[in-house]
Amino acid sequence: MKKSFKMQDLECAHCAAKMEQAINKLEGVQKASISFMTQKLTLEADDVRFDEILEQAEQICRKVEPDCRIIK
Amino acid sequence: MNRRQKHRLYRILLAGLLLIAAVLSPLEGWPRLLSFVLPYLLVGWDVLKKAFLNICRGQVFDENFLMSIATIGAFLIGEFPEALAVMLFYQIGEVFQSLAVQKSRRSIAALMDIRPGYANIYQNGELIQIAPEEVKIGQRILVKPGERVPLDGLILSGSSTLDTSALTGESLPREVSPGNSIISGCVNLNGLLEVEVQKSYEDSTVSRILELVEDSAAHKAKAENFITRFARWYTPAVVFSALALAVLPPLLLAQGWSLWLNRALIFLVISCPCALVISVPLSFFSGIGNASRQGILVKGANYLEALAKTEILVFDKTGTLTHGNFAVEELCPEGISQEELLETAALAECYSYHPIAQSLRAALGRSPEQDRVSEIEELPGMGLSARVDGRLVLLGNQKLMEKFALPQKECREEGTLVHIAIDGCYAGYIRIADQLKANSAEALRELKGLGVKQLVMLTGDRKEVAEAVAARLGIDQNHSELLPQDKVKQVEELLQRKTKAGQLVFVGDGINDAPVLARADIGVAMGALGSDAAIEAADVVLMDDNPAKLPLAIRISKRTRAIVLQNIVFALGIKLAVLLLGAAGNASMWEAVFADVGVCVIAILNAMRALHIKKSRKI
Repeated sequence: MKKSFKMQDLECAHCAAKMEQAINKLEGVQKASISFMTQKLTLEADDVRFDEILEQAEQICRKVEPDCRIIK
Repeated sequence: MNRRQKHRLYRILLAGLLLIAAVLSPLEGWPRLLSFVLPYLLVGWDVLKKAFLNICRGQVFDENFLMSIATIGAFLIGEFPEALAVMLFYQIGEVFQSLAVQKSRRSIAALMDIRPGYANIYQNGELIQIAPEEVKIGQRILVKPGERVPLDGLILSGSSTLDTSALTGESLPREVSPGNSIISGCVNLNGLLEVEVQKSYEDSTVSRILELVEDSAAHKAKAENFITRFARWYTPAVVFSALALAVLPPLLLAQGWSLWLNRALIFLVISCPCALVISVPLSFFSGIGNASRQGILVKGANYLEALAKTEILVFDKTGTLTHGNFAVEELCPEGISQEELLETAALAECYSYHPIAQSLRAALGRSPEQDRVSEIEELPGMGLSARVDGRLVLLGNQKLMEKFALPQKECREEGTLVHIAIDGCYAGYIRIADQLKANSAEALRELKGLGVKQLVMLTGDRKEVAEAVAARLGIDQNHSELLPQDKVKQVEELLQRKTKAGQLVFVGDGINDAPVLARADIGVAMGALGSDAAIEAADVVLMDDNPAKLPLAIRISKRTRAIVLQNIVFALGIKLAVLLLGAAGNASMWEAVFADVGVCVIAILNAMRALHIKKSRKI
């Protein structure tokens, strides 16, 4: 399943790259891409575990940038 | 400016005034330190807080953390004004940077502002405005003059002229009347139109285009990935050299700690790679935004980047270099009358939507009686066989005639020949010709000027036609009489022959050539407005069918790449220079702050230039 999400308060481009790298390493993620320009996360991951993976992705984002939220 | 940015700006202004006061004040000792620390905390507490929180989370090479160390370090070695000033300028830079990014994001959004605001519908006999998202398929909407068409649909009544420039970049008005389909995003110029909605808002052209452009950011360019990888080791490398710089010289050379600590702090200020990390994707995004404004949809930064390296450009002939509007030019019957020849051909092709079939019907002047035709069988790449009025008709190209060992008439004129045989006897041919697009030749010349090494044309058409067209357009290589699967084979052969860095671009109408589009490095669909299949299949979509858009796309690609390169060289150059100067003791905190935020802002401003690459401008 491939879905994209708007991200709120993503303020630093370098952080976006860090998040992207970390999310790509999650198990079950085929491809994750964060665009700082469009403030969007495109996540391609296993259907069954999608919500779980998205939850983990959000935790990663919060870890890199505390104010950042994924709008679901 | 949003509330957060304003808030930040006030803090900066206040701290700036306090800095001036503190520098001028005659205070000594602790009161003096305090006069700097208080404004420092005022302007930098959020940086300190983030730094602290991030260390707790194990994010060591975070810019907040580095900036905190640099400034606290400056306080420790007694450089109070510098410490405050560095934090102050860092914050100014951050505000500036977020404003610049915000501004560019808005101007890109404004360029693509084709989103319709509302739709007019009748509800209980009253005309009201509702959001386009709420309109359902089958509902009737009213589009008044001057309004943007909100949804794709079919015109029920009214006729008007449409301005499609927001979608195609060309201000060629299009006439529409009842029965025509209408595409969202166009502007209705003069008449009142009643439209039956055929697609929901999210499936309508406007939404699809916007989605495409937004999603394009997910396909990152090589330069972007390179910079992200680079940033990953740049920061640790600079931080560790700072550490070495602070510790090694004092230990080995027995020099003063504070001198080298100062130099090390300069390193920390420059250690953030943000100028690069922001400006590269921003340049590509601006380039993509610009291209889409001119009717060129690029589905990813990687494609925009690669277009500049086009080495072999492969064209499908029909509909790309030529109009694809076939017209019957000559009837050359044998043994039957001209009328009979045309009628038989039109009848045999009566179910086909192929351009040739359409031109036969157009020449006949009436729709052929379908009940006179039966047993139609398509013979791919050759033509078809059908039973017309009980007689077996074979209709197709030379190959078909050869297959059935039928003698055929020769023809030296340009055009496509449709041979017809009735009940096993050759009955003559119909010559159908297609016109070259007016600016095909010019576009191809321009492409050569832009560094495209080889222009190749593939066509299912006759050899004579292909050669005539190729000669007139200056095409280097042409392959004719190809079946659809042959085109894939040809493209694969060409792929073998190109250099590793060069790109093979295939340009087609996007409808019949999806496999070839997929096989090429970059697939370009032309004249795709209103064709979902073409938009789906291609990597680059030209909304109208103007070949001049190809050199334009390549030019935008080249300019964008040039801007990206400038930014990388500029940002890295300045940073490196200040690092070296700093290590040698010739740069102060001030230069370091410039190398960090100053460079970042300049790189952003430079990236924005990709928004304004114009047609006429030569590179």
